Amino acid sequence: MSKQNKFSPGIYISGELFTLTYGALVAELLRDLESPTAVNRQLDKIGYNIGLRLADDLLAKHSHIQRCTDMHQVADVLAKVALRTYLGVTAQVSNWNPSNDEFSLILDSNPLSEFVEVPSELAQDLRYSQILCGAIRGALEMMHMEVQTFIVQEHSQSVEIRVKFIRILQESVPPGDDD
Amino acid sequence: MEQMRLYPRLDDQVLNKQLSLVKQVFIQGNAETRLEAMGYRVGFVLVEKIAKDIPRMNGELERMKFLCKEFWTAAFGKQIDNLRTNHQGVYVMQDNEFFIFSDFEAGKQYVETSAIYLALPCGIVRGALYNLGINCVVTSSVENLPVVKFHVHMQQKN
Repeated sequence: MSKQNKFSPGIYISGELFTLTYGALVAELLRDLESPTAVNRQLDKIGYNIGLRLADDLLAKHSHIQRCTDMHQVADVLAKVALRTYLGVTAQVSNWNPSNDEFSLILDSNPLSEFVEVPSELAQDLRYSQILCGAIRGALEMMHMEVQTFIVQEHSQSVEIRVKFIRILQESVPPGDDD
Repeated sequence: MEQMRLYPRLDDQVLNKQLSLVKQVFIQGNAETRLEAMGYRVGFVLVEKIAKDIPRMNGELERMKFLCKEFWTAAFGKQIDNLRTNHQGVYVMQDNEFFIFSDFEAGKQYVETSAIYLALPCGIVRGALYNLGINCVVTSSVENLPVVKFHVHMQQKN
């Protein structure tokens, strides 16, 4: 990635460093844990913890983001602002279900797996970009929205993430305390 | 243990399992070592991408300069502020505002915490230098955040 990603005001870090570090993390987890599914779970958890913190950071940097009143607005912010800020790409929002509480984010280029080739024996089970799902879930939980996220399909070029709204969380539940 | 008492025949199996667990723990080492190893991998690949269009470098000093300028800028967003050497295989690189610590409180408060955050960058530097043909040990020291010093000790050539 020749683009530089903005992480905090005035500080840019190289996209290559980010991609490679993520790759090293996944490789390390694969060596550590017994099954690819266990790796997926770990990546999801890591992403969730990142998401909880990123939500704050995003709102601090983009004060123009308004309170979202429906999932269409949430999808828009995720696809156009959040992914552009942290990954330098935008996503398309599509495949809404009839009740408008479930959609797909399609990233045409996946910065996480830029130099990556997943070995064929792992390709079945390993969800390389699972961390994105966790991050989205964590970030939306900070906004008092419980969602389900999972990867529908991914190749080295693109990834499709399904997001399903479950319920609004009540004020009294401190986010992050229930894991 | 319970298992061993109930099924003495399983002894070997249980012991082997325990042994392999112990081995695993020792191979993996502590968090710093593992982060350093991850960084090594990252630096090794990253330097190839950054250095691919650059003419061949002769000598240790020139490579260290490349690391401080081009590599540091491409990977960590700025140049090294100060490079010093004793001309006997020890280099000290000083970054007055290392990017990892830009969100940390400046001063001495988080100096102890900073060690774990520097394991990965140390590995990156070591991996990068290794791929440039320099075998070395990289350590870091912090007195006052966000100023970081990286110490590079060359391995003796045989």
